[in-house]
Amino acid sequence: MSEITLQIDGKEIVATEGMTLLEAAQKEGITIPTLCYHKELEPFGGCRLCTVEIESRGSKRLVVSCVYPVEKNLIVRTRSEKVDRIRKMILQLLLAHAPDAFDLQGLAEEYGADRNCFEKEPSFCIHCGLCVRYCNEVKKANAIGFVDRGIRKEISFIPAIAAKECWDCKECFPLCPTEALQAAFVLTKALASFDTAGE
Amino acid sequence: MPLINSPAELEALRKDILSKRDPNKPCITLCAGSACLASGSGDVAESITEEIKKQGLTDQVDIRRTGCHGFCERGPIVIIHPEEICYFNIESKDVPEIISETIKEHKVVERLLYTDPGTNEKIVHESDIPFYKYQERIVFGSNSKIDPKSIEDYLAIGGYAALSKALTGMTAEQVVGEVKKANLRGRGGGGFPAGVKWEGSRNAPGDIKYVIVNADEGDPGAYMDRSLLEGNPHAVLEGLTIGAYAVGAHEGYIYVRQEYPLAVVNVMMAIAKAEELGLLGKNILGSGFDFTVTVHQGAGAFVCGESTALMTALEGRAGEPRPKYIRSNIVGLWGRPSVLNNVETWANVPLIINKGADWFTQLGTESSKGTKIFSLVGKITNTGLVEVPMGTPLRDIIFKIGGGIPGGKKFKAVQTGGPSGGCIPEEMLDLPVGFDELTRAGSMMGSGGMIVMDEDTCMVDVARYFLDFLTDESCGKCVPCREGMRQMLKILTNITQGKGKEGDIELLEGLAETAMEAALCALGKSSPNPFLSTLKYFRDEYEAHVKDKRCPALSCKELISYYIDPAKCQACMTCLKKCPAEAIVGGKNQIHVVDQEKCTKCGTCFEVCPPRFRSVTKISGEPVPPPLPMEERTIVRKGKEK
Repeated sequence: MSEITLQIDGKEIVATEGMTLLEAAQKEGITIPTLCYHKELEPFGGCRLCTVEIESRGSKRLVVSCVYPVEKNLIVRTRSEKVDRIRKMILQLLLAHAPDAFDLQGLAEEYGADRNCFEKEPSFCIHCGLCVRYCNEVKKANAIGFVDRGIRKEISFIPAIAAKECWDCKECFPLCPTEALQAAFVLTKALASFDTAGE
Repeated sequence: MPLINSPAELEALRKDILSKRDPNKPCITLCAGSACLASGSGDVAESITEEIKKQGLTDQVDIRRTGCHGFCERGPIVIIHPEEICYFNIESKDVPEIISETIKEHKVVERLLYTDPGTNEKIVHESDIPFYKYQERIVFGSNSKIDPKSIEDYLAIGGYAALSKALTGMTAEQVVGEVKKANLRGRGGGGFPAGVKWEGSRNAPGDIKYVIVNADEGDPGAYMDRSLLEGNPHAVLEGLTIGAYAVGAHEGYIYVRQEYPLAVVNVMMAIAKAEELGLLGKNILGSGFDFTVTVHQGAGAFVCGESTALMTALEGRAGEPRPKYIRSNIVGLWGRPSVLNNVETWANVPLIINKGADWFTQLGTESSKGTKIFSLVGKITNTGLVEVPMGTPLRDIIFKIGGGIPGGKKFKAVQTGGPSGGCIPEEMLDLPVGFDELTRAGSMMGSGGMIVMDEDTCMVDVARYFLDFLTDESCGKCVPCREGMRQMLKILTNITQGKGKEGDIELLEGLAETAMEAALCALGKSSPNPFLSTLKYFRDEYEAHVKDKRCPALSCKELISYYIDPAKCQACMTCLKKCPAEAIVGGKNQIHVVDQEKCTKCGTCFEVCPPRFRSVTKISGEPVPPPLPMEERTIVRKGKEK
């Protein structure tokens, strides 16, 4: 693996080929906010909060740093007026679903996001997919998945698998960026339906 | 039929097919595309067969059920060869007369001909009808000449000659070079140069590569890919096979929506016939090149037309776009180099190989070459599929070919590029169609949808409609698309319902920026286009809705009231009887009044009020005048006074 030199926030950085911009930044102690990123999991690119500005051969564009691979001589800006504006909007969109989530509140303060910008639609789930992906990639249990699509998409435990796997695991609970009790609730719902349906 | 082992054998077979065909033998062609089947083409076909038998003409007349001709407004269409007499809107009851008059007596049945609405002149030949006259049907034209279920028909018009030429007379690099030189750009939406895409795949490392047909056409009102695949499946297969040879792929996929059953049947039959002749499979035409094609039916998700989502779905997983910043022609299906082009793009390939890039580039503009098929729908006289050279002004497509706006209404805008395209206003009608021209105007080429709108269309409501479609079709993976559109749709709905607030437009602009800059795939990134383009050209309509609670097009239900002008009402009782909400108060000789409390704004009274009175009007943004006092409502008719 060859070494690649690039610039992040004005700082010359040496990274390894195949690394993402986020990994390169984290290595240097540069913080980029994330919600759906987890170092043990495949990059998902769902929350888009880690959006950064890149400049290459004079042209600028926005990319998500958790997926974009390091490139030689790339100039990366982790904050800019536009980047901040987009992060603020993303946070406002998520705050409509989980206005009291601690992770979101901290970020909201930093980016000046107004939790009352949009009408509340409580769901707590912000579709980061951490629980789903952790169960699939790390635990290989597939006890929880996404159902439906678009604005109707939700997470759901598969009752028959959950009844066997989840009770003693629950490793996905603390991963939830909005509220672990949300996951507990969805799990209980699945188990209840399993109880009713019987073995 | 025997296997064809060489280009010479292919030509021999072609000669044999042609020698058995008498160009002077009467032939009745009937279009049997999905649109015409829906308007009774199946029954007409049966009647033709029966009637020919009845009139003792079996063996003397050929019957051919062809693909879509494009003029769907006037289907089913019958053409009598060799005279090429064209009959429109044919029903079973017309068939006996066609057979006895035209086939037997060589006489034209006047009443079935096309009547030019401008001159009232009857037109006999397709090529003289304005709808066809201004088109350049290099890709779509073959549809009306062949039965899509017959490979002999395709061979008879020169089919598979391009494949033969490519496989045995050109190197793969030469094929790529020719397509690059032709500057064939993707007809599916992106407009990416096909040759460049092919070259990338060809040069990418790996032994296994794929070529894929995107037939997941999902734009509302668009059906050009469906009609091509239904009507001329071999052209698509031939193009795909040439592409496979150029790229070095031995497996191909056709990703077609299952909602296109006829396309699925016809393309599967085409594959089987081509395999039978050795035009697909092992050692094609003795060239040593192997290629097989598999049909995959999509499960009905719009986002699967997006290249990476399509490939994910082909792999058997949920159709969601990939977050990777790697082109799928390098790392695509199952991680292998994969060239994905849409139906129309593939169908252009045999033409380029046969006639050369220099011929192809004669048509079109500087950056957009060849032709483009558009699906012309909406408030337009001639609904249908039209193929024009790139660079044709929108005005020509809408007025010369499309015949303008029906009902004496005024043109307002044309929406191009599918749901995530944009609306182009009247002052830009001279814009030549092309990839870059449309993008610069804030819209896009997309796959070629063209929805014409008249003065009664509310542009805010149009934006709301397309956002509603896209919200429903978002896969839901990324926040800017899923959540952004959820909020955009809510705000737009509120605006059309008179609940718009100060600051709404700015908030929509912020959401649009977030989606454009940060969404994961092309669907999300282009999702704000319907809003942005209508805002760009019709900002005053947005402001009227938000500030004055007024819909200038008098279209948004919550913002309009129906009002009967007492000076014009003749108390004819028509609206009173037709009103489904019993909201009209009146009686014989009593001027009618709309009870605003009961009115559901269905518009029935407005539609049924006799044109000579035109007393029902729509009001928006101002209060409805108070009803006349009861004692003033009686109409005293002068002539009838005794």
